[in-house]
Amino acid sequence: MTLKVQVRKQRGDFLLDADFQAPTPGVVALFGRSGSGKSTLVNLIAGLDRPDAGAIRLDDEILYDAARGIDIPAERRRIGYVFQDARLFPHLSVASNLDYGAHRTRAERLITREAVCDLLALGPLLKRRVHGLSGGERQRLAVGRALLSQPRLLLLDEPLASLDAARREEVLPYLEVLRDQLSIPMVYVSHDFDEVWRLATHLVLIENGRTVAQGSVADMSLHPGLRAIVGPEALGAIVEGEVLGCDESGLMRLKVGRSELKIEPVAGAEKMLRVQLLARDIIIATQEPAHLSVRNALKGSVANIAADDESSDLIGIDIGGATIVSRITRAATRELALKPGMPVWALVKSVSLRRQARAHA
Amino acid sequence: MLQPDELDALHLSLSVAARSVLISLPLGLLLAWVLTRRRFYGRTLLDAVVHLPLVLPPVVVGYLLLVLFGIRGPLGGPLSRLLGIQLIFTRNGAALATAVMSFPLMVRAIRLSLENVDRGLEQAARTLGAGPWDRFASITLPLMLPGILAGLITAFSASLGEFGAVITFVSNIPGETRTLPLALYTALQTPNGEAEAARLAAVSLILGLVGLLLSEWFARRVRRMLGR
Repeated sequence: MTLKVQVRKQRGDFLLDADFQAPTPGVVALFGRSGSGKSTLVNLIAGLDRPDAGAIRLDDEILYDAARGIDIPAERRRIGYVFQDARLFPHLSVASNLDYGAHRTRAERLITREAVCDLLALGPLLKRRVHGLSGGERQRLAVGRALLSQPRLLLLDEPLASLDAARREEVLPYLEVLRDQLSIPMVYVSHDFDEVWRLATHLVLIENGRTVAQGSVADMSLHPGLRAIVGPEALGAIVEGEVLGCDESGLMRLKVGRSELKIEPVAGAEKMLRVQLLARDIIIATQEPAHLSVRNALKGSVANIAADDESSDLIGIDIGGATIVSRITRAATRELALKPGMPVWALVKSVSLRRQARAHA
Repeated sequence: MLQPDELDALHLSLSVAARSVLISLPLGLLLAWVLTRRRFYGRTLLDAVVHLPLVLPPVVVGYLLLVLFGIRGPLGGPLSRLLGIQLIFTRNGAALATAVMSFPLMVRAIRLSLENVDRGLEQAARTLGAGPWDRFASITLPLMLPGILAGLITAFSASLGEFGAVITFVSNIPGETRTLPLALYTALQTPNGEAEAARLAAVSLILGLVGLLLSEWFARRVRRMLGR
């Protein structure tokens, strides 16, 4: 089961030339700078815009195929779309907005109104007017409206971009619940890596209208193309960890590869946790460290060394079943005489762990 | 207060204006749509033709209608032969003349409201499974409602007062084509008709005022309905 997209679209001087596929169900993030063509790409998938050439296929159905002259109109594609600006209908009530798509689908009602209201906490909004809703409430309603049209695929085009940080934190958990409890594949467009690594299972990197790389979020977290967009400060390996329980001091034990991390306990954590280890927060030692305040020292070996900029290197460290990355100065690389294969200890400040519950299909 | 023939004129004016907007509303919607949403060769020319009545002397419009819809005219001939419809010297003819004259007002108002409809909302409706007619009926039309109502009331009020095109095309026949302004004009031409003229002028004034107030009231109601 996959979403396969291979399309070209010329618009003025801008050429979109995208080719990616993503496993469904799952959350595919289309990640890139603003203006890289992400929104154009989702509009092509939705059918709101027509490619010049190529094909779009969802599971075994062809939505678009230029060569075979197939172009299913947007209203019959059964693809839900959550726009950045919500696009609620101003002349309809909250309830009528919610039911707009539900009244127009002939598909089996797999997602019920009750379930959607429950999942997105829409109950209290139903009696209110569309104009009185906050930005976060508007987006939740837009998501609910799209879900009730019983889509086979849900497109979310920067649904949080128009919200401030507080509102974003208010909506994000709902999207996580959605991902974990419904098996609807999602395409999530964003230029905010924080959202992407919390939500997505698969990442497609877009640059100047081209899909330059794709893979699982963990694999993609160390991609140089990603580093170019998020910058050196936000670069960091994303690893999956298995929760082993808590130690005597109350810290949570997390198995990553063959190593073990100790982190502040996470409320509601299930069996697996996804954590990001920022490259700038990882210190490398060539001997087993002692007398340090840092709690986490992971034993591993240097996997690779790559220049990051004029004065810094990125050191990939294999910690057994997972690779993390550290950003150190070139001078340090030289002084420690780091070479691929060399045994090292990676020191991780526990505060630098960023965590989020992981999806399970 | 009003004399029977004055009441006739008032009644006739309302009837002509109602028929007039009945013709121009659907056509106005269609033209506003075509002019706003379609790009085709000759669009600017069509736009200009629609607006012609605004700048032409009404007598010219009446004359052109006379030429086209006269008994032997290229349109009037077939109409009367095949369908038995005669427009010249009839109240339907008066309605046609006022419809043509007030058409630009109708189209402008509807067009303005259509231009203000966010296409993004139509796109959203589309992704929710609404086909073209469904989108128009459930999204576009309701959002255009304020403009349509404004156009309707303005065109209706203007139709009540159309003089030149009516008198040229369908003449001044009591009980058939003598609408308020024509009756007022006739009264002024008649010895001792000043009192009648004054009454008719007062009626016209009141009608105009009511129309404007009604339009404002509607607009406010609709705005509230749309939550703006």
